[in-house]
Amino acid sequence: MKPIVTIPEKYRPTIDHEACIRCKKCIKACSYGALEFKDDKVKVAKGCVACVRCVFECPTDAIIVNELPKQFAPHAVFSPEIRRSLISQANSGGVLLSSCGANAEYMDIFNDILLDAAQVTNPSIDPLREPVETKTYLGRRPGKVVVDDNGKIDLDASETPIVIMDMPIMIGHISLGSISYNAQAALFRAATQLNILAGTGEGGLHNDFYPMAKNLCAEVASGRFGVTSHYLKEVSCVDIKIGQGAKPGHGGHLPGEKVQKLISETRMIPLGTDALSPYPHHDIYSIEDLQQLISVLKESTEYKVPVGVKIAAVHNVGAIASGIVRAGADFLTIDGLRGGTGSAPRVIRDHAGMPIEIAVSAVDQRLEQEGLRDKVTLCASGSIRTAADMIKCIALGADVVGVCTSAMIAMGCTVCQQCHRGACSWGIATQKPELTSRLDIEIATQRIVNMFHAWNEELKEILGAMGIDSVESLVGNRDRLRYIGPNPRIAEILDVKHSGEGWG
Amino acid sequence: MDRDYLQPATLSCPQASRVFAEQSYVVEIPDCHKPRMGSCGIAGCINIDGSLISGSKIEKMITTMSERENGLGSGFVAYGLFPDFAEEYCMQFLFESEEAQAETEELLSHWVYMIKDEKVPTFPQRSMTPPFPLVWRYFVRPKKGTEVYIRTGLNEEDYMVRLVMSINETIPGSCCVSSGKDMAVFKGSGYAREIAKFYDISRYKGNMWLSHSRFPTNSPGWWAGSHPISILDWSVCHNGEITSYGVNRKLVEMAGYKCTLLTDSEVVTYLWDLMVRRHRLPVTATAFAMAPWYYKDIERLPDNERRLANQLRITYKEAFLNGPFSILVGRSDPVTMIALADRKKLRPLVMGVSADGNSVYAASEECAIKSVQPDAEIWATRAGNPAIVKVGEGIVRRGTEDPFLGAI
Repeated sequence: MKPIVTIPEKYRPTIDHEACIRCKKCIKACSYGALEFKDDKVKVAKGCVACVRCVFECPTDAIIVNELPKQFAPHAVFSPEIRRSLISQANSGGVLLSSCGANAEYMDIFNDILLDAAQVTNPSIDPLREPVETKTYLGRRPGKVVVDDNGKIDLDASETPIVIMDMPIMIGHISLGSISYNAQAALFRAATQLNILAGTGEGGLHNDFYPMAKNLCAEVASGRFGVTSHYLKEVSCVDIKIGQGAKPGHGGHLPGEKVQKLISETRMIPLGTDALSPYPHHDIYSIEDLQQLISVLKESTEYKVPVGVKIAAVHNVGAIASGIVRAGADFLTIDGLRGGTGSAPRVIRDHAGMPIEIAVSAVDQRLEQEGLRDKVTLCASGSIRTAADMIKCIALGADVVGVCTSAMIAMGCTVCQQCHRGACSWGIATQKPELTSRLDIEIATQRIVNMFHAWNEELKEILGAMGIDSVESLVGNRDRLRYIGPNPRIAEILDVKHSGEGWG
Repeated sequence: MDRDYLQPATLSCPQASRVFAEQSYVVEIPDCHKPRMGSCGIAGCINIDGSLISGSKIEKMITTMSERENGLGSGFVAYGLFPDFAEEYCMQFLFESEEAQAETEELLSHWVYMIKDEKVPTFPQRSMTPPFPLVWRYFVRPKKGTEVYIRTGLNEEDYMVRLVMSINETIPGSCCVSSGKDMAVFKGSGYAREIAKFYDISRYKGNMWLSHSRFPTNSPGWWAGSHPISILDWSVCHNGEITSYGVNRKLVEMAGYKCTLLTDSEVVTYLWDLMVRRHRLPVTATAFAMAPWYYKDIERLPDNERRLANQLRITYKEAFLNGPFSILVGRSDPVTMIALADRKKLRPLVMGVSADGNSVYAASEECAIKSVQPDAEIWATRAGNPAIVKVGEGIVRRGTEDPFLGAI
């Protein structure tokens, strides 16, 4: 017999039986079996994850989901969370899985950074009256234009493959498999409407999505799922995924039960097999190997699309980034500690890596020191939650920011951190047909478009207030940031002055 | 204290608008009440036939715009100044002390052959705030072929840039304010009229003069930080504030320049040197990169120009000077004046040409030009559009043409 100890529940829906009309919508809505119908009443069973789908479905507002008081004696060191995970491990003997981004109270440095604004000596700009440009390029830049012996500019020799976006935003790589067909369709359509890029994730590209390929960035990860030369030639850029901020040093894991017909066809793997990406690329054990893969991908795409590399932010990220640029990457994506995932061991999700704020500044500074910054596009991702985070991240050194979780929230995600269970009640991180059909592609698309449109407007407002009329003049402009957090050493490392310090 | 001139009328008065309209703006304001409304003033003049212009002319131009300064810095640059030493680099220094001078001369002796050195005559004014620097000038030639020269691995001009950068960075109390051939910069902390007297500008004659009077806002007012800011034969007078400074500095520092003068205007000088001398870009293309057209306007350009415009914006996005500015840029061989304002034209810049067509002027305000050339024909350059005037060639661009004449 297995000695199993029950872990106290964290959330509990409360039903107002007076208001309840017994329509049972909530019971159908709950994909975690936390509600049941007994004795002519909706009753609460175990397993509520606070996804609040039932609350949204209830026509009479009869449900409230409460967070329960901690069922543990208080202790300053062994927090309830730690005790819960220890009990869980003692029960199962396994690695604890989780999803979404790090849920530990690491310093959120974005909130410790303040933006500058123009007063007197330079005029601020009203973006409703005057143009403020947010057009952004992704790809390798030549460093200088080629001038021939007669002093004329040689354009053919100067141009490099470049992707043009209307906003400095890229929807990050989320694979078909980790999310549903409908969810991916909505992300891609939104990217097309906004003329920005969306990442395909490592699961290949479904046939239906090829018409949108001009706004897609293909991911070549260690599993190489669905990677064909046709696919690489159709998309507008190619990204080699070395690592991911939520699980640096790990590969993607898609359990066999999620590998249904649709996924199996797109990933080109047998039905029902686990899709396990190796931790490293088994043809990349060194920077020289990476250089070869970059060359191979450029060769197979006939030097027409930028080829980039995505790494997780780890402690020596500056030096690694410079190596990657020297190896030929046209763009570089850094994914921070708090970045999202559909499934990751909790221990690595919460404990490995570096916040994106520090990583992006470190990489920007390092590339500058080595004279490489004017040749490469730097993308940063990993919990860019709002337009304010985006603006600060750009000022810290990023050309483009990658956003995933916020786009999911626009579609309906409530960040309940259950993606790895494949039972997403919102129809996003699941492959079960009865759940995926809950997500309306049209509506989800419109909501994502709305959100990023609003971000872009906020970006223009801030740029205008700073007296800047084009976003490229904000990239790495750390002079316009000030630090107001508790640790001045962070300001030093970020290369940002402390609040109160002037210009000269 | 009588401050009525600042208060047009109360708006609650039913006749306010009438009172306001009838009020004369031409009032004699007592010195103690002069409103602090200015910013910087810039002025320049050039003779197309290369004939020499007395320093008193530029002094008249810049002091006419005294409303634009607050006494925290001014300066002049003259080209065609040393016909007898036209082939030597003229390094002009501000020294805080004899020790700084000795240390600098020691370093110079390793790097360059000293052809001639002389003290620059200065005349401290009672109204100016001491201490006054020692001003010295050296005519030098790089020690080509020596081990120092070979080890740097640089060409002659980059070698001189490296020398200037290392002096300004490493020797306290020593600042090389100009290092070009056949030109020199005269600048300091004070009103333009004081600096003009301090150097006795009227004793010099050049075929082109640029000048600047300063109202520093976001950077300290000090002798070395005054304008023009110069490297090799480039000199820049800048009126404005660069909101993209952090980005621009990145580009020049990656190329080996060191920003030591605590003013955003410094990067403008280095950008011109980097892009025109080292990258060999045409002046029009450089000006476009610094003050580019909006994408929506670029769309309207013919194919080839559109490609070039986009390529310049992509490649030189760090050279884009965001924020308000108007600049005068000088360079020799041939002596050239470039006048450029930002792409919104948030700072003033007007051009003028004398009736005989030989003298060309650029200034923040028309009054500066009219004060020395009452018959001048005045025009305004377009936003982000450079005016270019060259000795021997004339007005190459008026600043009103299409962007890329002759660049591709």
